[in-house]
Order: sequence, then C-alpha cells, then structure tokens
Amino acid sequence: PPAHSHSDWIGPPDKHSNLRPIIFYVPPEESALERRLREARQEAQASNQRFWARHNRAFRQEKEEFIYSRLKAKGLEMRDESGQKATLNAEEMADFYKDFLSKNFKKHLQYNRDWYKHNFRITFLMGQVALVRALRWLRRRKKNVEQ
Amino acid sequence: MSAARRCRPPRALAGLFVWRLRNTGVRQIPCRFVHLYHVANDRLITFQYFNFLKRMYVTWCNKDLSQRAKPKSDSIVSPFHELQQLDQEKKVVHKISPVSPVQQSLSETSSRNELREMKSAAETEDSVIPVGAESKEDRRWKEMKLRLDDLPGILARLSKIKLTALVISTASAGFAMAPVPFELTCFLLASLGTGLASCAANSINQFFEVPFDSNMNRTKNRPLVRGQISPLLAVCFAASCGIPGIVLLTLGVNPLTGALGAFNIFLYTCCYTPLKRMSIANTWVGAVVGAIPPVMGWTAATGSLDAGALLLGGILYSWQFPHFNALSWGLREDYSRGGYCMMSVTHPGLCRRVALRHCLALIGLSTVAPVLDITTWTFPIISLPINLYISYLGFRFYRDADRSSSRKLFFCSLWHLPMLLLVMFTCKKSVLEKEDKGDLPGGAHETAMEIRLP
Repeated sequence: PPAHSHSDWIGPPDKHSNLRPIIFYVPPEESALERRLREARQEAQASNQRFWARHNRAFRQEKEEFIYSRLKAKGLEMRDESGQKATLNAEEMADFYKDFLSKNFKKHLQYNRDWYKHNFRITFLMGQVALVRALRWLRRRKKNVEQ
Repeated sequence: MSAARRCRPPRALAGLFVWRLRNTGVRQIPCRFVHLYHVANDRLITFQYFNFLKRMYVTWCNKDLSQRAKPKSDSIVSPFHELQQLDQEKKVVHKISPVSPVQQSLSETSSRNELREMKSAAETEDSVIPVGAESKEDRRWKEMKLRLDDLPGILARLSKIKLTALVISTASAGFAMAPVPFELTCFLLASLGTGLASCAANSINQFFEVPFDSNMNRTKNRPLVRGQISPLLAVCFAASCGIPGIVLLTLGVNPLTGALGAFNIFLYTCCYTPLKRMSIANTWVGAVVGAIPPVMGWTAATGSLDAGALLLGGILYSWQFPHFNALSWGLREDYSRGGYCMMSVTHPGLCRRVALRHCLALIGLSTVAPVLDITTWTFPIISLPINLYISYLGFRFYRDADRSSSRKLFFCSLWHLPMLLLVMFTCKKSVLEKEDKGDLPGGAHETAMEIRLP
C-alpha cells in the first residue's frame, strides 16, 4: 500500500489460511481507544491466520496420507501411467471427510468461541470509535458555526 | 447457452422446464463439487431470466447457500440458504413466486456467488476467462475505503438479495393462499416487512461467518470476507433493516406476523448459524426457518395461525430437505474442512433417508390440503406427477448416493417448488364458493375480490 494512504489496505487471500491480510493504518494522533481497536484487530487477524493455516495444512496433509494409504490398499501407485495424480472418487473420500470433521470437532468448538469473542469485541470497539469520532465532528461543527 | 438466452421467446412453462432440464445435460461441467453450486447458480440465473419480474441482482447461497437462506432462510447447509431459489411468476395482479429459502450454506448453501463473477460466468460460454479476470482482480491489494457508489451492490450482496427476493415470494404465496379477500396494502406491507427482516438476518449471518466463508469456495467472495465493508457497518445495516421491518410488520400488518418475523430472525442468526458448527440438527432448524415465511404471509392476510398456514409451512419445511441434502452432497469437502457439521458429511445414510422421507411427505401434505379446505381435490391429483417425480429422484439419490443423482434431485427441487405453489394457487378454493356454501360470515361478499386464474 502506498505510503501516503490514510486507510487500511486488504490483500489477496493467503495461500494457507485463505484469509485476507489487512495492513492497518496508524494515524499520527491515534487515541487510546483507536489503538485498542487496532490491536484487537491485529490480534484477531494473527490468531485466525495461525488457526486456519495450521488447519488447512493438516487437512491437505491428512488427505494426501489418506489417498496414499487407500491407493496402496488397492495396489495402485500415486501417479498412473500418464503421470497424473491418482485420486479416489467422492464416495471413498467421504470416509476421510467424516473422519476429519469428527477429529477436529473440539478444535472447531474452541475456535468458534474465540472467534465470536474477537468479533464482538472488535465490532463493539468500532462502534465506540465511530461514536467518539462523530461527537468530535459534531463538536467541531458547532465550534465552526459559533466562530 | 448464452445463445439460447439471447433468443428468448416467451415459452410455455413446460417448454421452459424442458429446455432447462435439457440444458443441464448439455453443459459439461468438470467434475468438481464446488462447480455444482456455480452450475446451480447459473441455472438459477438462466431460469430466472424467464421471470416476469426483473430481478436486479442475478446471483448463493443462496448459500443454502448459495445458500441461501440462509438463512434468514438459510436453512440447510449454508449453501442451502443461499441455495438457489427458484423464482416463478405469473402475470396476474397477484404474483405467486415460490421460493426456496436457501439455507445457508448453503446458507449457506445459499451461497450466492459474487454478482459480477456469476454474471460473467453466465454470459460467456467459457467460464475460464471470467474466472481468470476475477482472480487477477483478487490478487491486488485494495484500499479499505467505502465508496458510496459501490454501496448498493455491496449491501445487496450482504443481504443476499436474491435469497431475500425468494423469501418474499414464499411469503406472498402464503398470503395468496389465505382464504380471505385480497388487500393490496396489507400484501405490500407484509412483503416489505418480510424482505427487510430477511435482509437483516442474512447480514448478521454473514457477519458471524467471515473466516469460515473465506475458506469455502462458494462463499469466499462475500463483502465482509473481501473487506469491502466493515463489520460495524454490516451490523448497523442489519439493525436498520431488521428493526423497521419488524416494526412495520407488527404495526402495519399485525403483531402475530411481527412476532413470527422476529422469531425467524432469532432462529436464523442465533440458532441456525452457531448450530451449523456444532451439530447436524442445524438442518432441521434451518428447515423451520425456511417454512416460516409462508406462515407469515398467511397470518398477514388472516391474522391468525390456522391449519392452512401450518400446512403451507409444512410443505416448505419438507421441501427444504431434498433441496438442501442434495446440494450438500456435492460440498462435502468444503464442509469437512470448514468444520461445518452437516448430515452429508457425518451421517450420509441419514442424509439420503431424510431427503427421501420428505419427498414422500410432500405427497402426503398435498393430499391434506383439500381436507383442510385450502384447495380443491384437483390439487393432489394434478400435483401427483411432480411429487412422484421428485420422490423418484429422491429414491434414486437414496439408492445410488452419487453426484449425478444428487444433482438431479437438487435441480428438480428448484422447479418443483414453484410449480407446486403455482398449482396450489390455481386449485385454491375460492372465497366466493365458500360464501355460497354459507361458510363465511355474511359481510364478506361485497368486498370479496377473489383472484382467479383463467
């Protein structure tokens, strides 16, 4: 993002976590409240990124292992004659999906709780910041009108 | 397909369906589950094009959902809600638009893909080019600044406007089926209130699901995921839609409808959305969410919760299951990775059984309609073919459990509901008829404006 910009910038989805990173703009006269908001957002972003990157990586890895073990059981190689990666059909993959979902169930419950907490806190702080800014703007307007 | 769309002569409904079904076979979609939803959306777009009512936004889930539907009527799977809703209208004063509240996923499953992407994908034969252009756009860093001219589009996507339109359609179907003289103002207020409530519910749903949506193909282009709008603005928008909507329903229509609307918003946002990640019971909750709009339409017209309202709600409730379960069958990988507890992933046998069970229930419910004096006895007879057909596809899905049978069932569900509601309306027991039989209180006949289809 350009140096002169006064707003946050959001980028393309991350390769591992599929989340879009945000670069936060730090205004020179950032109030304590605004700083709390920015830090909350940064913390949420970091935590989300960690979770999803690890989760997706685990998914891909376990999927590979599953395909490999199933192919081996069937007596096939990972790549067939044309050099293409051999895949299992949807019904066979269904066992893996079911397994993966149940294995990660607790992890997801915990993440859900954290995510909802982050989300509400950030939105609430945003609300506070917006309110403060609006009041400040109104006060300035009043001052201009009075002058 | 674009050529066929270009030469769009007015077609008989049957011809339309035949064309659409044929088209389904013609289009060769690479075997990717995620494309199922894209294809489904595409179908929906082309199908919708034949609607008399021009919808501004063509994308869902929608989902459902795309999914719809979600929720507000995002019932079954997120895509469901977002799932496709099929819209159909008749050129009468009173329009009937069956709607399948897409459940989320579908709600979600309601998945509504990005408007631009869908449009471009629909416009060109080759979907690679638009996808390429879209991903290039995606690769860039964007300033997180809200542009006012983008706002309508962003809010439309946030509120899953297509799904909302379908929800309004189901509600108006409920209004139409109520055995009272038609009042235009009441109808408009009810529709507007329902629409606002649906927008609010959908926005809150998206607000809750940002990281999950970004990880699923169907939903990764939503406004909050892309940072086009801040979460605060999404919540404010939801509040500014929901509160006036419910107030409008309570004061302008009647308190019962308002209460149902508020309850539905609560059910969708606070029960269905969190439940999606905790237990497969979310599908049933989502089906209730989808069933409530026609009940709301009925109570808006009559002011009371009669058996007819419950029957209409029951029909939509049963319909959600083949619709959603078939759609979620193709999205198992995304659901598994995203951590959504859906029947298709954890209890595949149950998934298919339930779908079949509810297809058969539709036949039963259609037979109950004349018993409750809502329609004449021609309704179960005329609707029997389509109900049998969807039950047959449900049975095939149950037996084969593969992608092609799930797709067939899903696409059938898209046209089945509009047709069923249409047939229901044409077979509606006339208010005047009832008056002749002395069923209605005497004062009604001067004001009776029964809308009858030719």
